[in-house]
Amino acid sequence: MSFGSVEALLAASEHTPLWRAVLEDDCRDRAVGESESFERMTGLWRAMVRSVSDYDGARRSASGLSGGQGAKMAATGDALCGPFWQAVIATALKVGEHNACMGRIVAAPTAGASGVMPAVLIPLMERDGLSEEIMVQCLYVAAGFGQVIAARASIAGAEGGCQAEIGSASAMAAAALVHARGGAGAQMAAACAMALQNVMGLVCDPVAGLVEEPCVRRNVMGAVNALACADMALAGIAGAVPCDEVIDAAAAVGRLMPASLRETGEGGLAATPTGRRIAERMK
Amino acid sequence: MNIFDIMGPVMVGPSSSHTAGACRIGLMGRRLLGSQPVRADVRLHGSFAATGAGHGTDRAIVAGLLGMKPDDPDLPRSFQLAREAGMAVTMGPVELRDAHPNTALLTLENTEGRVLELSASSLGGGRIRVNAIDGLEAAFSGDLPTLIIRNEDRPGIVSEVSRVLSRYDANIATMQLYRDRRGGLAVMVIECDEPLPPGTREELRALDGVVRCTYLDLGEG
Repeated sequence: MSFGSVEALLAASEHTPLWRAVLEDDCRDRAVGESESFERMTGLWRAMVRSVSDYDGARRSASGLSGGQGAKMAATGDALCGPFWQAVIATALKVGEHNACMGRIVAAPTAGASGVMPAVLIPLMERDGLSEEIMVQCLYVAAGFGQVIAARASIAGAEGGCQAEIGSASAMAAAALVHARGGAGAQMAAACAMALQNVMGLVCDPVAGLVEEPCVRRNVMGAVNALACADMALAGIAGAVPCDEVIDAAAAVGRLMPASLRETGEGGLAATPTGRRIAERMK
Repeated sequence: MNIFDIMGPVMVGPSSSHTAGACRIGLMGRRLLGSQPVRADVRLHGSFAATGAGHGTDRAIVAGLLGMKPDDPDLPRSFQLAREAGMAVTMGPVELRDAHPNTALLTLENTEGRVLELSASSLGGGRIRVNAIDGLEAAFSGDLPTLIIRNEDRPGIVSEVSRVLSRYDANIATMQLYRDRRGGLAVMVIECDEPLPPGTREELRALDGVVRCTYLDLGEG
């Protein structure tokens, strides 16, 4: 059936944890048992963990644009924002680069945004010693909110710009983080809404049309934004506009965006003299 | 979209449309041909042609032709593996009219000399759509267990086919009919809710007027 609104998602989770409401809906939708659904999601979580551990800092992408940044970030001794955030930044870079180098990742919701979810969840799991079960629950929460975003707006850069990819991933991750900290459904919705608000209108302008520049580092922004919004929501902060309306606004903004800023590689950074030179070199 | 369209798939990067979807197109070609091709001509249209090399679209399609799924870590090495497997691959751009920007046109041949022409598009998120088989229009995704039946265009064949399916208790989700001309060659595309029991395909193939019957169950879990 899938959830058409965050409001419906919250209503379904009035008497049950939100992640369970998403799992139960999946079981009805695909006519599978709960353990079958949970095992499949666990498989995705393990693949996500591997997408970080498989990272090889020496690898470079076919274009030569990506590689090595995650290793550099992890190796720096004195990160301005402390060891936890350093790990978040490094993880986002690693998965983004692993993806660009044709490594195996989990699209969440897309390959270009595959760094966001692991970047916030894995360092948190390691720091707080959270169980795998909780991390899998987080993925259900993220998928539940992602489903609403996909239904009401878009998760494709070609349709909604980068806000639809990194933005959606960041909003999903923010909601998931609230669950990891034991927050309520309404706080997840607030975190999701704030994360999406913060990236409203972000364009998709990949240099030479490749999922590399600036996509890899936009994963970092998505992860950092998700953590900040989750912390705000857990502190009791919420934006004035409810989550469903924010998602609808993102959809409207996506429709207003010119095609040159929706994954065509013709606007933004792609249209700079350097961007064009790189594209020319690729031909 | 179910939650595993949002979370997932597990795939080799960098792009769900240009890499994972492209691999599925190759895999679809292999399944429709019925075996591994010995010769494959791959033509890329639109964004596939413009950014395909940087996204590994070419390597992903060849990987699919070799039977690899989008999460196969060997996907980037597919050209080398194709050479080792004796598959001759030619590749280049093509301009198609009114086609989706991520479209590939495959011409495949197997050891028995059977030739298949497939046009398919990658729609985003790794999902694909077949546009045409051997020049005959057909629209299906392969997400559900799918029957592709080529038959003579004459009365009664559709009911014969549905009779067989109902006897096997198979529920039809969607059904499409295409033909080149009245009384000519027709294609029936039937998507079912559940995988078909063994023997269904053989029974359909044996029906009078059915030229060929292909069954696809791409369920990748």
